[in-house]
Amino acid sequence: MATLFAFAETRGGALRKVALETVTAARRAADASGGGEVHALLIGAPGIESCCEQLGRYGADRVTVVAHPALERYNPEVFAATAAVRLGSQGYRAGLFPASAQGRDLAPRVAAALKVGLAADVTEFALEAEALIARHPTYIGKALATLRLTGTPALLSLRPGAIAAAEAARSPAVEQAAPALDPAAARVLVTGLAERGAAKLDLGEAPVIVSGGRGLKAAENFKLIEELAAAFGNAAVGATRAVTDDGWRDPTDQIGQTGRLVSPTLYVAVGISGAIQHLAGMRTSKVIVAINKDKDAPIMKLADYAIVGDLFEIVPRLSEEVRKARAEP
Amino acid sequence: MKIAVCIKRVPDTESRFAIAPDQRSINTGGLKFDISDFDGYAIEVALRLNEQQGPGEVVAVSLGPEGTQEMLRKALSMGVDRGVHLQAESIPFDGLAIAHALAAELKDPGYDLILFGRNATDSGNACVGPMTAELLGLPCVTAVSQLEIAAGKGTAHRELEGMTETVSFPLPALLSIDEGIARPRLPSLKGIMAAKKKPIEVRPALLGPVHLTVERLELPPERTGGRIVGEGADAVPELVRLLRQEAKVL
Repeated sequence: MATLFAFAETRGGALRKVALETVTAARRAADASGGGEVHALLIGAPGIESCCEQLGRYGADRVTVVAHPALERYNPEVFAATAAVRLGSQGYRAGLFPASAQGRDLAPRVAAALKVGLAADVTEFALEAEALIARHPTYIGKALATLRLTGTPALLSLRPGAIAAAEAARSPAVEQAAPALDPAAARVLVTGLAERGAAKLDLGEAPVIVSGGRGLKAAENFKLIEELAAAFGNAAVGATRAVTDDGWRDPTDQIGQTGRLVSPTLYVAVGISGAIQHLAGMRTSKVIVAINKDKDAPIMKLADYAIVGDLFEIVPRLSEEVRKARAEP
Repeated sequence: MKIAVCIKRVPDTESRFAIAPDQRSINTGGLKFDISDFDGYAIEVALRLNEQQGPGEVVAVSLGPEGTQEMLRKALSMGVDRGVHLQAESIPFDGLAIAHALAAELKDPGYDLILFGRNATDSGNACVGPMTAELLGLPCVTAVSQLEIAAGKGTAHRELEGMTETVSFPLPALLSIDEGIARPRLPSLKGIMAAKKKPIEVRPALLGPVHLTVERLELPPERTGGRIVGEGADAVPELVRLLRQEAKVL
């Protein structure tokens, strides 16, 4: 029986999808170990405790709430000190974080503070008697490493989307705790948080990603990609490095080795040849569709389904058919 | 300012490689190596800061085997003042073991800033920077996409999922640098000549204990893909049918 710790990431007072994935993963590992408990840590401004019920729904047996008026936004030093104190005190077998922007900032600090190992950006894992075994894509996705992590608590950060959130209802015990570091003593402060563009679906959270490459020929042709994403209804728009380097799209839209690493349920690559740099960011997608004029392009070998031809004819038709399919019961 | 930039020697990302017979590493024979992508941006940030803010010193620090000095030499040819090679037979996969050695090297010289790339392109862990900061007790900001330094204080932007975070911090500090902040310069011929005379100090790396190891390394499972549904717009209805009925993603 293993007791696991799960860090519950929030934004704007609400749980992020990665928080539910983290709790789900911890729940499964605890169950697989013979029914251990899952303890979630929830940090935020007063009112954050309203998230406890949802954490319970995804499998948390206990939620530690650290509410403080100065913790409305992420505070790396206070969050790290608090997570380290919690993780260091309860005999946890493992501590799970999301490998989100926040989790990737937080988890290494906690690991160093506790002098324990961290397996980062993990796509699957299992607890064994002597070690935690984790899978992690390396060499920009060209190789898959199986890692062995010894010592407790064993920390890991989970690649967003790699483990789907699933309900496993509990009525969690809720306890209040104080931050382990006075927020007034923190040196690094988040002073602003601004939306980037309209409230579009984030690449890390969208179940579907439609991406465009140089094959679109001009920045304005990205409207075809936008329309296809809109047809899916739950899609975000991505781009290759060539496209973001040329200023056709914002650099934050870049998927690849030097951009975002994504694992959506469906990835639609339009006018993308499939440079290693790009494949590194999307090859763990569950289903890949490619639309390209060159049947020998590397992306066509990776794709589950490919259509060869002129994207300017294919994509509008696809938008129409997807919209029709979604309208059917 | 006195700035340290920690760089890593990694296989060139365009190289093709094979898994070594030990099934835990890659065949390094014939591989080209380079400074990890993001570390190049960190070097550029350090050079620009000192070009803009008056004289200072930029020191490149790299831990690794023999070929590491070629990476330091490249950094020197870009304009870095001197190099430190922390010798290790190989680079452990455990970020904390590496951070231990870097913290020992970086704690005393009085650096105003210590820069890392956001993550290495081989291991992809993004851990060593923030772990080193924690061991040194330094303020730390990761994945910095914009940076301003003035009067002993810094302001940085970090790109989150869909949002941009603004962060303020005092110096000295440790930062990890995201791509796109400042495109790394190419070494000039003059720079390459000058680099030959710049010093590289060599000492053994004081690695920390290892908790994390690679048990197996394999090529990702071949996707059963490569299935051409058809040609042109006429293939679209069949694609949509497959997405609905076979893949069940629509």
